[in-house]
Amino acid sequence: MAKQIPLVDYLELGGDPHLVAHECTSCGARFFDRRNACASCEGIEFKEAAIATTGEVRAFTIVAFAAPGVPVPYVAALIDCEGTSVRANLINVVPDPEHVTLGMKVRLATEVIGTDEEGTEAVGFGFEPLGGSA
Amino acid sequence: MMASASDELWILGIHMTKFGKHPDADLVDLASEAVKGALADGGVAMKDMGVIGAGNLMAANAGIGQQLQKQLGQTGIPVYNVANACATGATALRVAAMAVKAGECDMGLAFGVEKLSGAGLLSGGSRKSDANTWSPSGRYGAVAPVDGRIGTEIMPGVFAQIGMEYGHKYGGTSFELFAKISEKNHSHSTLNPKAAYTKKMTLEEIMGDVMIAYPNTRPMCSANCDGAAAAVVVSGAKLKTLSREQQRRAVKISASILTTDPWEESCQVLPDVNTLTRNAANQAYEQAGVGPSDLNLVELHDCFATAELVHYDNLMLCEQGGAVDFFNSGATWRDGSTPVNVSGGLESKGHPIAATGIANVWEVATHLRGEAGDRQIQGARVGLTHVIGLGSACGVHILEKSAA
Repeated sequence: MAKQIPLVDYLELGGDPHLVAHECTSCGARFFDRRNACASCEGIEFKEAAIATTGEVRAFTIVAFAAPGVPVPYVAALIDCEGTSVRANLINVVPDPEHVTLGMKVRLATEVIGTDEEGTEAVGFGFEPLGGSA
Repeated sequence: MMASASDELWILGIHMTKFGKHPDADLVDLASEAVKGALADGGVAMKDMGVIGAGNLMAANAGIGQQLQKQLGQTGIPVYNVANACATGATALRVAAMAVKAGECDMGLAFGVEKLSGAGLLSGGSRKSDANTWSPSGRYGAVAPVDGRIGTEIMPGVFAQIGMEYGHKYGGTSFELFAKISEKNHSHSTLNPKAAYTKKMTLEEIMGDVMIAYPNTRPMCSANCDGAAAAVVVSGAKLKTLSREQQRRAVKISASILTTDPWEESCQVLPDVNTLTRNAANQAYEQAGVGPSDLNLVELHDCFATAELVHYDNLMLCEQGGAVDFFNSGATWRDGSTPVNVSGGLESKGHPIAATGIANVWEVATHLRGEAGDRQIQGARVGLTHVIGLGSACGVHILEKSAA
């Protein structure tokens, strides 16, 4: 199997791929980026928190017109993963409003986005409809 | 020149250029037209100004305030060049207002100018070929560009989700509903000779136009264009020394508020344009001593049709969760109980970013003065303006007709 690297450092690969957030130890606020402090309570200590791999689509858009080089259409969404909001594409679904709906249940899925010249695969993530493609 | 701290702030003069394509005018030309217009409207000159708040976003490091002084008058006064995304114009106005209110001067100038004709998407970088070897960089340790791979960074898509999120929370939204909001604003624009686009559009035309980011089609997006707007702010004490005609046409700034987005659970995942708008509106109503039902007209930040809906609620023009019913009642059409965006809004008047937060004040002030011609809202006495700059900043101003 080719060597793999996650598209972003908050995607944990391996047998059970999932997202990991920095969780403020004093107020519980969760962040996906490198932190200087907590924007909610000014705390400076964080622990790693695994994010639920299933969730519900709270908002979406189907992007039909993007910057040059970005393939369209794609579905961008805000997913409520058991109380933690996650930004991701919806994948393995027909990108039209008949197949993508508010409130639909989804789960995390990974996909290889490319291979570099050393043969390393970059692995991204998206969310797909629970119970197979809608 | 020193004045005492002022409890009252007034717009003495205000002007906006026609929004649209100005291929033969550069930024300084457009700013000059707006500033000369505002000074003439107020019956004052550059030598009367004690401060300048200067707004331009796309060339924010170029010192547009001093560039303007080099053409219209180098009087040596302090210039604050400001950039605050789409709230840049409102921020420039706040700077002039704060200086006057603090008593540092009794008159201040604010202007905003932008040249955007022909600009496409203003965010979401073009994707070049990926690197030869993956190497994590940035705050997310990304090995490749994420726009389009992990959600979207383009504004039509971000604001589409903001409208959809409202629909998920409260129900009642649809592609057609959002398109109807756009239909209203395009209809309003037919009466505004300063709008970039003044063509009435049917619901079918709007829904059948090019899809940008569902549910926002092209006419449901703010129009990139060129334009400038400027205002002269004066203290209440100074205004009393001016002519009766200047006092009669002056428009009271009953509230001038700027907020940023407080931390909310999902705000770093999808920008929260709601909480800071609600906070700004609450502060503004309290400062002005008026409520939403007192407003005769509202110019709010319809950068996309999906955004206008949520701001009905955020500005408390309707009950919480009631924006869909409020719109469907006809309340926000120009003959409704709370006319919204009678200028045509950003979708048809246009959105030259830094000009927008002063141009909306011009629109409301013009109605309060009874000088809005064919689109005059009869008997207008109180109005509200609102802008959102993503990132985020929210500017709200409440304006009242002079009693003089």
